[in-house]
Amino acid sequence: MRRLGATIVVMAVVAFVVFSLLYLTPGDPAAILAGDAATDDDIRRIRAKLGLDEPFFVRFGGWVWALLHGDLGTSIFTNLPVTRLIGQRIEPTVALTMCTLVISIAIAVPLGVIAAAKVGTWVDRAVMAFSVLGFSVPVFVLAYVLIGTFSITLEWLPVQGYRPLRDGVWEWFRHLVLPSTALGTVYIALIARITRASMLDVLSQDYVRTAQAKGLSSRAVLLRHALKNAAVPIVTVIGIGIALLIGGAIVTETVFAIPGIGRLTVDAILRRDYPIIQGVILLFSGVYVLVNLAVDMSYMYFDPRIRY
Amino acid sequence: MIKPFRVPCVAVTAALLAATLMSGVVYAQQKVLKFIPQADLRILDPIATTAYITRNHGYMVYDTLFAMDEKFQVKPQMIDKWEISTDRLTYTFTLRDGLKFHDGQPVRSADCIASIDRWSKRDALGQKLAEATENWSAVSDKTFRLKLKKPFPLALEALAKPSSNVPFIMPERIAKTDAFKNIEDATGSGPFKMVKEEWVPGSKVVYVKNTDYVPRKEAPSWASGGKVVKVDRVEWIYIPDSATAAAALNAGEADIWEQLPPDLIPVLAKNKDITVKNIDLLGSMGMIRFNFLQPPFNNQKMRQALLYMVNQQDYVIGIAGDPKNGYPCMSYFTCGTPLSSEVGAEPLKGKRDLEKAKQLVKESGYKGEKIVIIDATDQPIVHAQSLLTLEMLKKIGLNAEIQAGDWGTLITRRSVKEPVEKGGWSIFHTWLVGPDMVNPAVNFPIRGTGEKAWFGWPTDPVMEELREAWFNAPDAASSKKAAEAVQRRAFEFVPIIPTGRFILPTAYRSNISGLIIAPINLLWNVEKK
Repeated sequence: MRRLGATIVVMAVVAFVVFSLLYLTPGDPAAILAGDAATDDDIRRIRAKLGLDEPFFVRFGGWVWALLHGDLGTSIFTNLPVTRLIGQRIEPTVALTMCTLVISIAIAVPLGVIAAAKVGTWVDRAVMAFSVLGFSVPVFVLAYVLIGTFSITLEWLPVQGYRPLRDGVWEWFRHLVLPSTALGTVYIALIARITRASMLDVLSQDYVRTAQAKGLSSRAVLLRHALKNAAVPIVTVIGIGIALLIGGAIVTETVFAIPGIGRLTVDAILRRDYPIIQGVILLFSGVYVLVNLAVDMSYMYFDPRIRY
Repeated sequence: MIKPFRVPCVAVTAALLAATLMSGVVYAQQKVLKFIPQADLRILDPIATTAYITRNHGYMVYDTLFAMDEKFQVKPQMIDKWEISTDRLTYTFTLRDGLKFHDGQPVRSADCIASIDRWSKRDALGQKLAEATENWSAVSDKTFRLKLKKPFPLALEALAKPSSNVPFIMPERIAKTDAFKNIEDATGSGPFKMVKEEWVPGSKVVYVKNTDYVPRKEAPSWASGGKVVKVDRVEWIYIPDSATAAAALNAGEADIWEQLPPDLIPVLAKNKDITVKNIDLLGSMGMIRFNFLQPPFNNQKMRQALLYMVNQQDYVIGIAGDPKNGYPCMSYFTCGTPLSSEVGAEPLKGKRDLEKAKQLVKESGYKGEKIVIIDATDQPIVHAQSLLTLEMLKKIGLNAEIQAGDWGTLITRRSVKEPVEKGGWSIFHTWLVGPDMVNPAVNFPIRGTGEKAWFGWPTDPVMEELREAWFNAPDAASSKKAAEAVQRRAFEFVPIIPTGRFILPTAYRSNISGLIIAPINLLWNVEKK
């Protein structure tokens, strides 16, 4: 409960800081809305209509009051409620994030475990080489290579876009394969390295030697004893990964034209659509805090010595 | 055997599967045109903004009383017949039969009057018409009247204005909205209906054929003539990354790409299933705009110095990548249109004269004041021009620098009237499409109304007088002469420097036909086989 209380305080601070920063940032949505040909007078009148000429505390107070009533406001440009815009974008981002995580964990954890078990051999070196490559190749380069190969040459998968689950699981999945692979490579590299390092640390512990001396199979030692005890740093990295993926999928969303939260945020920043920026950042901060909370809670399962 | 409690699950799954398959069948039966627009549609109100993407959306859902054809002739569109009194002070308009809004309501005189009233509060030509107007009145539901205080020869041209802001006709209930408030209801009487529930800003806009629309019988020509819709559904798919857009067109996931970036023209031209064509023959004009309130460009000689240096060919290549994608245009009015000429253009033509430019700078008394070019790196057309201008200024030893940001920052900063040391600016670049520069009425950068003028705020009473004389020109010959006088003054006062015309072609797949050659991508008449 104490942690949940702290979460609310953190989000309140974030809300105030974000609002203040946006207030101070150069840029005028009224000027953008009016268009290139507008005059000073046009912009002044639009600004007045939007209430952008009101003092900081009046605007902040109005926003907080609406927020307390569950209203994140309305986009200055589209006139659509911010909740609807976020609602439209949340599914693609969550789908992309989850698909990427599943692919990353499914590939990276076994790779890390195998590399640790075969430390110093060519298998270990191959995994580490792949890991360096995964870190080094920019997401957009990999994305173009994947599009060129699987969409243009082989014509197996679509180039761009997102299909919601209601259009059918196959269509939904087909549109996620390439973006998830492109986005997941760096996380595969990261999680594989952390898994290997953490496993190597655990494998040198006395209790592992004891388990081996008792005659347990290597597989049982690795998976039942070592991996569970090596899990704390791995879970931490995965937790950070979730948070980073939600906000950091912007390049992937742009290249594959996926209408996700990342693009919504960047578009809103470029147009100074304040209600959207405030709403999305509040959402991000909530997700970050909750993911961290979940990660902290999971420590108690993986390492019963940890108590809060 | 299926256990009883599993039966509902199986039924639900089967129903979902069937629904999914059925929706696929429905779409497969429809002719869906997938169009990659030049920008993302954010604002639905074509009166609240001059953004071209919103204008294009306007052409999808709204109709106009009159429209301009490819020969710059005004043609009736929603209007069936009209009469002009002998003293040219009274215009009586009658609407065509069968005009209906998307909500099923008939288009009435009151809708037209309210729409023109709202438009004339925002548009410069509309304001000019409003100045000359005594009143608008409804004679009946289908007939309405415009009474003028004084003859206004451009009345019909104003109502047929092809580019932003276009006098689109909306239902009265919407057109009554404050002209400075952004409307959210896209109900029009045009050939397409917007499906607002499917609108995902930043990604997709969906339109369906308006089956109630009654097209005119004439062949389409620009925005005039018969607006016959030949597809069931149009999806605007916004793809922010141009390489992905090219791949989508190559793979057949899109049918038409409105504006091709120059570097991708050769890539798509290689595909035999894709046609790359210049739909917009007028192209767009790049320009250098000065701050007239602050040194050094508050001095006419400094602006004139740059006229002797600008090499339009360099700018065309910088913007469009290849000289084939543009051409120099030594006119303040859109080249290839009736008022364009090279009158007064000598300083901008021929071999560039660095010595003359240096001499003018010296005569201006330039004291080394810092020149700040505000740049938007997210706008390639603006960025390319900024870099070229900086290079040019440095060539004659001016103390110039670029201050880069995004477009949002640029258009905010350009409203600052202070000196550069206090956040002001000296130069910015932008561009306008051909129809926005065809005559002194729509060509707003040449205006010299000081504080009321466009950013840069030039004060030039001579220009305003010449412009007024053009408005009052009674016939085509005197209109041409008056426009020449305006241009001669522009080359003397230098409100902007035109940096050349460029064309961004359209690419479409071979199963597409019927694209209308016009400065706007109009999607009626387009067929998909």
